Amino acid sequence: MTIEIQNISKKYGNFQALHDINLHIPSGELVALLGPSGSGKTTLLRMIAGLESVEDGIILVDNENVASLHINQRDVGFVFQHYALFKHLTVFDNIAFGLQVRPKHKRPSAQTIAAKVDELLALVKLEGFAKRYPAQLSGGQRQRVALARALAVEPKILLLDEPFGALDAKVRKELRRWLRKLHNDIHVTTLFVTHDQEEALDVADRIVIMNKGKVEQVGAPAEVYESPVSPFVYDFLGNVNLFRGRVIDGQFSFSNQAETTNEAVGYVRPHHIKIEREKTSDAVISATITFIHTIGPIWHIEMRRDDDTYIEVELNKEEFLLLNLQVGENVYVSPKEMKVFIPEDFSI
Amino acid sequence: MKKNILPGFGITMGITTLYVSLFVLVPISLLLIKTASLSLDEFITIVTNERVMHAYKVSLTTAFIAAFLNAIFGLLLAWVLVRYRFPGRRIIDGLIDLPFALPTAVAGMTLAALYGPEGWFGQFFQKLGIPIAYTSSGIVIALMFIGLPFVVRMVQPVLENLPKETEEAATSLGASRFQTFHKVIFPEIVPALLAGFSLALARGLGEYGSVVFIAGNMPMKTEVAPLLIMSKLEQFDYAGATAIGVVMLLLSFTFLIIINILQKWHRKHELR
Amino acid sequence: MREHKGIKLALIFTMYGYIILFLLVPLLFIFTKALEQGVAVYLAAILDEEARSAIRLTLLVTAITVPLNTLFGISAAWAITKFDFKGKQLLLSLIELPFAVSPVIAGLMFILFFSPSGVLGTVITDFGLRIIFSVPGIVLATMFVTLPFVARELIPVMEAQGRAEEEAAISLGANGFQMFKRVTLPAIKWGLLYGVILCSARAVGEFGAVSIVSGRIRGMTNTMPLHIEILYNEYQFAAAFAVASLMSLLAVITLFIKVWIEHRTHTSTR
Repeated sequence: MTIEIQNISKKYGNFQALHDINLHIPSGELVALLGPSGSGKTTLLRMIAGLESVEDGIILVDNENVASLHINQRDVGFVFQHYALFKHLTVFDNIAFGLQVRPKHKRPSAQTIAAKVDELLALVKLEGFAKRYPAQLSGGQRQRVALARALAVEPKILLLDEPFGALDAKVRKELRRWLRKLHNDIHVTTLFVTHDQEEALDVADRIVIMNKGKVEQVGAPAEVYESPVSPFVYDFLGNVNLFRGRVIDGQFSFSNQAETTNEAVGYVRPHHIKIEREKTSDAVISATITFIHTIGPIWHIEMRRDDDTYIEVELNKEEFLLLNLQVGENVYVSPKEMKVFIPEDFSI
Repeated sequence: MKKNILPGFGITMGITTLYVSLFVLVPISLLLIKTASLSLDEFITIVTNERVMHAYKVSLTTAFIAAFLNAIFGLLLAWVLVRYRFPGRRIIDGLIDLPFALPTAVAGMTLAALYGPEGWFGQFFQKLGIPIAYTSSGIVIALMFIGLPFVVRMVQPVLENLPKETEEAATSLGASRFQTFHKVIFPEIVPALLAGFSLALARGLGEYGSVVFIAGNMPMKTEVAPLLIMSKLEQFDYAGATAIGVVMLLLSFTFLIIINILQKWHRKHELR
Repeated sequence: MREHKGIKLALIFTMYGYIILFLLVPLLFIFTKALEQGVAVYLAAILDEEARSAIRLTLLVTAITVPLNTLFGISAAWAITKFDFKGKQLLLSLIELPFAVSPVIAGLMFILFFSPSGVLGTVITDFGLRIIFSVPGIVLATMFVTLPFVARELIPVMEAQGRAEEEAAISLGANGFQMFKRVTLPAIKWGLLYGVILCSARAVGEFGAVSIVSGRIRGMTNTMPLHIEILYNEYQFAAAFAVASLMSLLAVITLFIKVWIEHRTHTSTR
């Protein structure tokens, strides 16, 4: 089922939570809504679900406008941030809830419900947990129960609000991979909200990056990571070094002073920086190494420029061993790849 | 207003406002309107009558003393219940609420009999030459009884939720146990203590059932304001009763507001 | 670091002394006094015609007041905790107000309304109704005094519960009634039960407000607390304490249920 969002805006009092959002989500994709807190991503998700009212704009699910429909007519599966499991009900009854509350003429028989719940328990790898209460489960298990509960009503679309937010790092990674696999099996159009760029890059088919109630960029993970369209996206997706400078005749040149004309900022990822001992051209920057540390195969080198700003560089093991850098050494750096933004056009 | 998909706002809000209006707003407004039908002179004559003034004085002093003693003992009880393990703790914790559950008339009658000249406690005090029943001390005893749970129940949860770490930090920085209490714990429980105190005070000011039995109700001596309202009503002096009632009501509200402001000020002070 | 052992012991013993002298002895005293002149006198006092009528009236008033206040309490707690609206703080204060108003003043307010010379006095006499010095007056006064109890117990429970579980129920297709019955009610049942019990205890025991509006007509508008006052003033102490012991028993049962509920909610959240 496709989701089509057209001209959606949302205001809470004086606070503009969403500005004129337009978005197309193809059927069967797994899409991440990524952004910092306050970017409007959860509001948008809740509006698609019908948990927040839609005043401006339309939302089409499978080409049907759902904006005025009540949540229980929208056929959405919603997984809440802290799961919102019914504490007094067993895992079985939690999952069966959506089927049991159907009007009599639409309600499946008890056996059908039981069979469906068993099937879902198998799907989320929780066979044998049917009689447990939510309090007796771990965080990851609760999350999977919440997912099974949302899937029980066979929703057209699946919406997840910060699905892994409350879990510790290791479980989060496991569950991420599991969600990816589950999605490959069931192929329901799925939208999840996250503030964790790594999570979005890791799981999603497509990422929608939001900031201050607007969509900054939409694209496949590699696309948004490799070619960010704005300084915000650059900054948000991973570490970045900022170089001040100016643009003359379409060429960027470094400058330590704040410029009054043609001011520009160059954005360079830490692994896109070349380090040399000798000054080979004028387009290099002199810096002193202040700190070196390593996490696994990556070496992080921190250096200070003459104007007291810092540069972070990442090298792989071979590169590092070849250079054999020492703390306190003076070196020259230059960007291998850089994206230049003119500040007037953007603000972070 | 933020829209919300949960059902039932209209009907529950309707029931709530209707109920509150009918049972709280309208009757209290009526009381104030009724007072307004008196001229200011009449009003002042009634409420500054010597016997009335004396009744206020008795009500205020006894309620204040009782609330103060309750604050001290309530803090002690809450502290012991939260911090120590001892036999009968659960039962005692349950028993604290007895004054809420026991009808005030029963409490008053029981205390009057216990502290009366021939009662179990009364004869003892009688020998010491300190009569309790039918004096203002009796009123204080009754008010201490009915106000006992307020401070305990306000302070208890705060003490329970106090993070252990701050105390441990204070101790690790070399504070003595007393200094830790004085500088770390006490400031945390002041708002709850004030709230409990004010509730006990407001309750004490208006208390009738437990007091009439033990007070002796002698005009100019042990007659409390609620009792005076009662006797005015028995003489069908509705205007007089209303005037005294309004003054009492305003007194309680003033206390509650003052305490509220103190609490807010304290919280702000803490946050800085 | 714990405080000095001596201080700890002193505090514990002070507490024991205080509880025993202030709460336990009075409670035992009621039952001793009630049975002082033997079981026959005790039973006679309870089975006496006037006592029975007082018990009946008290039960009637409680049976009307408590369900209405429970409905109100649930409504108020639902509106206040699950929705945002202007004037919430004011509404909360109004709900708590009856706690700050003397029962005597509560009674007075209803006299001003319904007595023959009161605001609605003529309307009421025209219709041949009696409110003051009659059962409706007692019910009204009791309702005012016990109004906050259920709401007060439920509001913190529902606040802590949040909205997510109910939203989840709705998103899974439940209607309002199913949501309340299957999700809300199970979550609040202990708080609700405790609120109802406190409300009932107060409704049974209310004295000041009822005393004013009832007119104390024996066998007609006498509730249990009013009945014991009359007995006491007539120096029928054994009979007064006999009836009082019934109410005290109710109070003790209330406390037991409370401790039991606290124990249950404690273990179920773990």
